[in-house]
Amino acid sequence: MVNETSPPEIQLFESRRKVFPQKIDGTFRRLKWLVMIMTLGVYYTLPWLRWDRGPNAPDQAVLLDLEAKRFYFFFIELWPNEIYFVTGLMIAGAISLFLVNALFGRVWCGYACPQTVWTDLFVHIERLVEGDRNQQIRNDRGVWSVKKLTKKAIKHSAWILVAVLTGGAWVFYFADAPTLFWCLVTGQAPFLAYVWVGLLTCSTYLLGGIAREQVCTYMCPWPRIQAAMTDEDALNVTYRYDRGEPRGAHKKGTSWDDRGDCIDCNLCVSVCPMGIDIRNGTQLECIHCALCIDACSSIMDKIGRPTGLIGYDTEANIERRINKEQTGWRPLRPRVLVYAAVLAVVFIAMGSAYFGRKSLDLAVQRDRNPNFVVLSDGSVRNGYTIKVSNKTLEDQHYFLTLEGLSGYGFSEVGSQDNDVEAIHLVVAGNKLLATRVYVAAPQSSVNAHSKPISFVLTERWGGPKYRVNDFFKGPNE
Amino acid sequence: MSENDKPVIDEYSGVETTGHDWDGIQELNNPLPRWWLWSFYVCILWAVVYWVFMPSWPLVQDYTRGFLGYSQRAVVAEELKSLTEARADLGKQLLASEPEKIVQDKGLLEFAYAAGKTAFADNCAGCHGSGAGGAKGYPNLNDDDWLWGGSLNAIETSIRFGIGATHEETHFSEMPAFGVDEMLSKDEISTLVTYLQILSGQQANGTENLEPAKTLFADNCASCHGDDAAGDREQGAPNLRDAIWLFGKDKKAIFETVHAGRKGMMPAWDGRLDPVTIRALAVYIHTRGGGE
Repeated sequence: MVNETSPPEIQLFESRRKVFPQKIDGTFRRLKWLVMIMTLGVYYTLPWLRWDRGPNAPDQAVLLDLEAKRFYFFFIELWPNEIYFVTGLMIAGAISLFLVNALFGRVWCGYACPQTVWTDLFVHIERLVEGDRNQQIRNDRGVWSVKKLTKKAIKHSAWILVAVLTGGAWVFYFADAPTLFWCLVTGQAPFLAYVWVGLLTCSTYLLGGIAREQVCTYMCPWPRIQAAMTDEDALNVTYRYDRGEPRGAHKKGTSWDDRGDCIDCNLCVSVCPMGIDIRNGTQLECIHCALCIDACSSIMDKIGRPTGLIGYDTEANIERRINKEQTGWRPLRPRVLVYAAVLAVVFIAMGSAYFGRKSLDLAVQRDRNPNFVVLSDGSVRNGYTIKVSNKTLEDQHYFLTLEGLSGYGFSEVGSQDNDVEAIHLVVAGNKLLATRVYVAAPQSSVNAHSKPISFVLTERWGGPKYRVNDFFKGPNE
Repeated sequence: MSENDKPVIDEYSGVETTGHDWDGIQELNNPLPRWWLWSFYVCILWAVVYWVFMPSWPLVQDYTRGFLGYSQRAVVAEELKSLTEARADLGKQLLASEPEKIVQDKGLLEFAYAAGKTAFADNCAGCHGSGAGGAKGYPNLNDDDWLWGGSLNAIETSIRFGIGATHEETHFSEMPAFGVDEMLSKDEISTLVTYLQILSGQQANGTENLEPAKTLFADNCASCHGDDAAGDREQGAPNLRDAIWLFGKDKKAIFETVHAGRKGMMPAWDGRLDPVTIRALAVYIHTRGGGE
C-alpha cells in the first residue's frame, strides 16, 4: 500500500515538551505575588479563626462538621437539608466567572485558581533549588551526576513538604483545627484524616509539581467554555500585532520605520508557564497570567520603545487601530449587564432565602404498619414519629397540639402523662429531637377512613405556629 | 509475518506493522505504553506477594492460608464479639433497671427499642406481623388489650415462658369446645352469642329476654371469664366486653369459638434468646402503645 503523496506533517500525538519558565519581574508578577500571599494566607489561616457561637455550637469560624451534619461559615449555619444553598453558591460562582470573563478575560485562571497558585509556588521552589530557566535546561539534559541527583532530591522533597502542608491544612476545615492538629501530630487522629492528608498530598504534588500546565490544557473544562464565551470586547492578554509586525532583530541605532516593534527576542515565550507563544494570538492554553506583559515591557524599556506591545487589550481595539479609528473599552455590554443581573438575582434569592428561613423544622411521619389500632374501648389510635429541628443555638420549648380531630388524646412514648391535649417538647439548641407519639380518638370522631389533621407546634411564649398536615386513619366501616 | 519474514515498516508513521493485510488495511505494531506495561509488571509482582501472604490457592481439602493468617470469617467473628462487648454495659443496665426507669431513660429506651425491633423482626414477626399488628388468632401487640397482662414484667414473662408451650412455667389456657364436646346445644350457643354481642356493644339490647343467656353464662363461662365477663388475666381469659376479639367478633366467628373451642400457643423464648434480648423485646412491645 504505497501512496504517491508524501507523509502528512501533522502528528496525531504530541508528547509533552517540558516547560522551564524563566523568572521575570514586573507589575503583574508583583500582583501575582500579592494574590498568592492572600489566597494561601486565607487557605491556611481560615480554619484557625475562632467565632463564638455559645455552648451549643463549635467556635470555629469555618467548619464543615460532617459528623454532626452542620456547616458553619461565620454567622451562617446550614443544616444538611439546606444544602441547596451550596447549589446557589455554585451558580453564583459560575456566573461570576462568566461576568469576569466578559470584562477582563481569564483573570481567575491567571491569578487565583488553586492550580495556578500552587504551580507558581512549585515553580518558584524549583528555581530556588535548580536555578533559572537556562540552568534548569542544562541540568535536565545533563548526565546523572551526584550534583544533579542532589538538586532533584531537594526539589522533590521541598515539593512534597508543601504538598503535605497543603493536604494537612485541608482536613482542618472538617474538624476542630487545634484538636485535630494535636491528634495528627501525636498519631491519634482518625484514620480517615490521614487518608485525606495523603490524598491531598498526592494530588498537590502531582498537579502542582508534575502535571502543571497539562491540567489547564487537558483536564480543565473552563478553557473550552471560555473560548466559546469570550468576545471581541473582553480585555485579554493580547499581542498587539498591528504594532509588533513585521517582527525581526533590530540593530541598535537603526531606524524603526517600516518595521514592527517586536524584536523577536522570545522572552515572552521563555517566561510563559504554559510554554506557548502569545504572539500566535489568544489561544486555549493561555491562562492569561500576564507574565509575558512583564517580559515584553522590560524589553521595550531597554530598547526605548513604548511599553504595551503585549498588554490587556481587546480584539476590537486592534481592528480599530488598523482602521485608524478611535480605540476604547466598552465594559457595559449587554452580556455584562445580563450576567450582573443574573448574579444579583442569585445573591438576592439566596440572601432572602437564608435570612427568611424558619429557625424551626417540624416533620411528621405516620406509622404505616399497622395503619391504625383499635383499642379495647373501641377508640382508634394512630402512631406518629415527630421530628423537631431547632435551628437556633438556644434551647427552645414548644407545645405540640392537634387540629381537625375532636376528642383526641396524645401519649408520648417515655412520658407518664397519657391522653393529654398538648405535649411539651424541649429541644436543645442546634439539635434535632425525634419522639414517638400516639394519638387516640373516639370512634365517633373518625367518621371517615382517612381524616386530614394538622400537627401544630407553638413556641412557648405565644410565638408563631408551625403547622404540618397529615392524616388520621381508621377502620373502613 | 510477511513472506520474506522481514518487518514491514509503515511508510506514513515509520512504525513496524504486524504484517497482516486486510483489503489494504494494515495494523501498526505500536509498543504498549510504558506506564501501562510497568503497571502490568507491578500487578504480576503484587500477585506473587499476595499468594505468599494471603489465603489464595485452593487445594483438594484445604487452601493455602498465607503467612498473615488472614480470614474474613475471623474478622467478622471478631467484629461481632467487639459489638457484643460494646453493648454489654447497656445490656447489663437494661437487666438491672426497674421497668419504669427503662421507659424514662431516653438512652436506655432507645437502645432497648432498637434491639427489640430487630429481635422482633427476626423472631416474632412471623406470627404477629412485622408491625406487630397481629392477625386472627395472633394478638395485635399494639393495642391495650392483654390476655396475660400488659405491664413490662407481664409481657416479659409471656415471652420467656410462652403460652401453652413446653416450658414448666408456661401460661396455659384453653377454651373448651362446648358444641363439639356436646356440653351445650346449638341453640344454647346461639343464645350466648347474642348475649356476648350485646355485652360488647355490637348489638343494641332489644326486647329480648336475657335471663336464659345470663344463666348459661354463669354456669359455663363465668368461672374463667368472670361474672361480669371482663376476663381474667390469671387464666388468660379474654375480656368479652371490649371491642377486641382475637378470633373475630361477628356472630359466626363467636359461634365457632364457643362451638369448637380455642387454644392459643406461643413458644417459650427463655433459653432460645438471651435475657437482654428478651428484656429488649418486652420494652419494644411495651412502647408500641399498649403498655401498662
